[in-house]
Amino acid sequence: MFKSVKINIYFIYGLAFLIGGGLLYGVGLLLEKDKVQPARFGFGRAARPEEITAWDIDVMPDGRGLPAGTGRIKTGLLIYQSKCTSCHGHGDKASLELPGGPLFLDHPTEKTKTIGTYWPYATTIFDYVRRAMPYNAPGSLSNQEVYDLTAFLLFANKVIPENAVINQQSLPKIVMPAKKRYVTDNRRGGNEIR
Amino acid sequence: MEDDKDYKISRRSLLGVAATAAVVLVQTSVGKVVQAAVPQPLIIPPDPTKITGAGPSLSGQVSTFEKSARLTSATASRTPLQDLYGTITPSALHFERHHGGIPIIDPQKYELLIHGMVDRPLVFSLADLKRFPSVTRTCFIECSGNFRNGREEMTPQEICGLTSSSEWTGVMLSTIFREVGIKPKASWFLAEGGDAAVMTRSIPVSKGWDDAMIVYAQNGEAIRPEQGYPARLLLPGWEGNTCIKWIRRIEVSDAPFMTREETSKYTETVKGMVRQFSFVMDARSIITFPAYPVRLERGWIEIRGIAWSGRGKIMKVEISVDNGRSWSQADLQGPVLDKAHTGFRYLWEWKGNETGIMSRAVDETGYVQPLYEDLCKARGSKGGYHFNPVTQWRVAKSGEVLLGNT
Ligand code: HEC
Repeated sequence: MFKSVKINIYFIYGLAFLIGGGLLYGVGLLLEKDKVQPARFGFGRAARPEEITAWDIDVMPDGRGLPAGTGRIKTGLLIYQSKCTSCHGHGDKASLELPGGPLFLDHPTEKTKTIGTYWPYATTIFDYVRRAMPYNAPGSLSNQEVYDLTAFLLFANKVIPENAVINQQSLPKIVMPAKKRYVTDNRRGGNEIR
Repeated sequence: MEDDKDYKISRRSLLGVAATAAVVLVQTSVGKVVQAAVPQPLIIPPDPTKITGAGPSLSGQVSTFEKSARLTSATASRTPLQDLYGTITPSALHFERHHGGIPIIDPQKYELLIHGMVDRPLVFSLADLKRFPSVTRTCFIECSGNFRNGREEMTPQEICGLTSSSEWTGVMLSTIFREVGIKPKASWFLAEGGDAAVMTRSIPVSKGWDDAMIVYAQNGEAIRPEQGYPARLLLPGWEGNTCIKWIRRIEVSDAPFMTREETSKYTETVKGMVRQFSFVMDARSIITFPAYPVRLERGWIEIRGIAWSGRGKIMKVEISVDNGRSWSQADLQGPVLDKAHTGFRYLWEWKGNETGIMSRAVDETGYVQPLYEDLCKARGSKGGYHFNPVTQWRVAKSGEVLLGNT
């Protein structure tokens, strides 16, 4: 009698332990599930193709993003003279003091960082001038004007000859003089000075 | 006479007094600014306990007695490091650097577009961004061009005031990455701002998964306009220019875009080569007290300053009060946070001798902030981006404190 009661109590203890453990495990799973983020929240809306096109103005070194067109050095010079010289000068020393600094120099030194001496990719000229210049009227230039200016700036920097054709195909192929000097960051922390 | 008038006012009803006092205060400060650019409160009551003060206001101002200010140039402004306490930079004093001015963006119309190598190109409103799970973290933002020298009379603000530390709130970029579904072959993304420079930088996708955020709040309030209102990219520990302000577009791709800001600018010459994509800000520290223009008095001085590292936590800061002959450990103010300004202090008894005092930071990777000469040698240059040398303050017998490494 005594013995069987004892067994029964142990049995009940054991059962309670199992059920309790199972419950805890279940609740744990539920809580765990609460902590996990859904794969997606479903916030935001689908982007329309035309709004992507309107904002997607970047030009990559391989030419992705370049519109069709051809740059004319002579026209570029005229646009440069009317829209850029006031802040970037015309290759002389005085342009060092202007708000935009020189974009090309007749006599570049090792320290002057102009397109011809420091820029690794020609496509960057197109991308940057189209998005940000002229500083006082950003984004106001047509693709044709940007092509012309790009051709002129490459010529003024002695990167291309007078008869070079600058277009969607040729611009990405230009090898800039400074390209070979570019290296990717090699600092990694730790006890070394780089 | 002035006193009499004030006394009479104070005998009116409580409400009337409060309102009048507030008006007087406003008129005083505005009037003074207009009259002469010497910001000084006109009426300082001889005994503030005998006059009812101003009532509550919609938004508080710093005391008119406080003169702390940013130092501005045409395109940047610097944080007055020597005036700050603790490690949070007041939002109004956070450094600025913009390339096309501060845009005015209507938060109701603000949108963030994510497209390119994604499964679902999406557009998020500001409200959408705020619906996502939010994260708050404290970290510094430092411009990689944060080094000036050349004169003895330079303050910490002038030497390296292009670093500031804030508590930022926003959504993890990884959350948004999951929402749009990043294609497996994607490796870089372009972050683009909605300012007149339409600022762009290429960022490795891995940083996006790691700890990048789109933040909309700074120190408990909406981000300040000059810090990217209504939302900016935050890349903890990475150079400030990559933390694109006023962010409006992210294009996911398989190559860097080679924008002007990662080629012509924000690259540094190292022994004739041009180092590119140097994102991480190495460890640095500066003693902000005593520093120029402070004049020391003999006796006990608590040397104070800040240290920070873009690679993680500051492990220790060492101080030399004998011009670099010996170094001892400073006390760090806890909690020491990852990629955040960390306060340090060190007690020193100055006996009136001429000496040089300096601090050097060591971060958890074991990186030791280099001496000026050693950094110049390693780089083959005397400045440029990512120039983080130990700042030496020369203490003269007179107590004058001047910048040493000029
Ligand atoms: C009102 C003055 C102004 C005018 C006009 C102007 N710029 Fe600029 N330009 C600047 C400033 C200022 C910068 C530097 C902007 C910055 O802080 O990022 C700059 C930068 C540039 C750069 C990058 C230079 C470099 O070394 O990284 C190029 C290229 C450029 N401008 C081209 C042009 C062209 C082409 C025009 C004419 C269509 C033009 N700019 C007109 C002021 C001007």
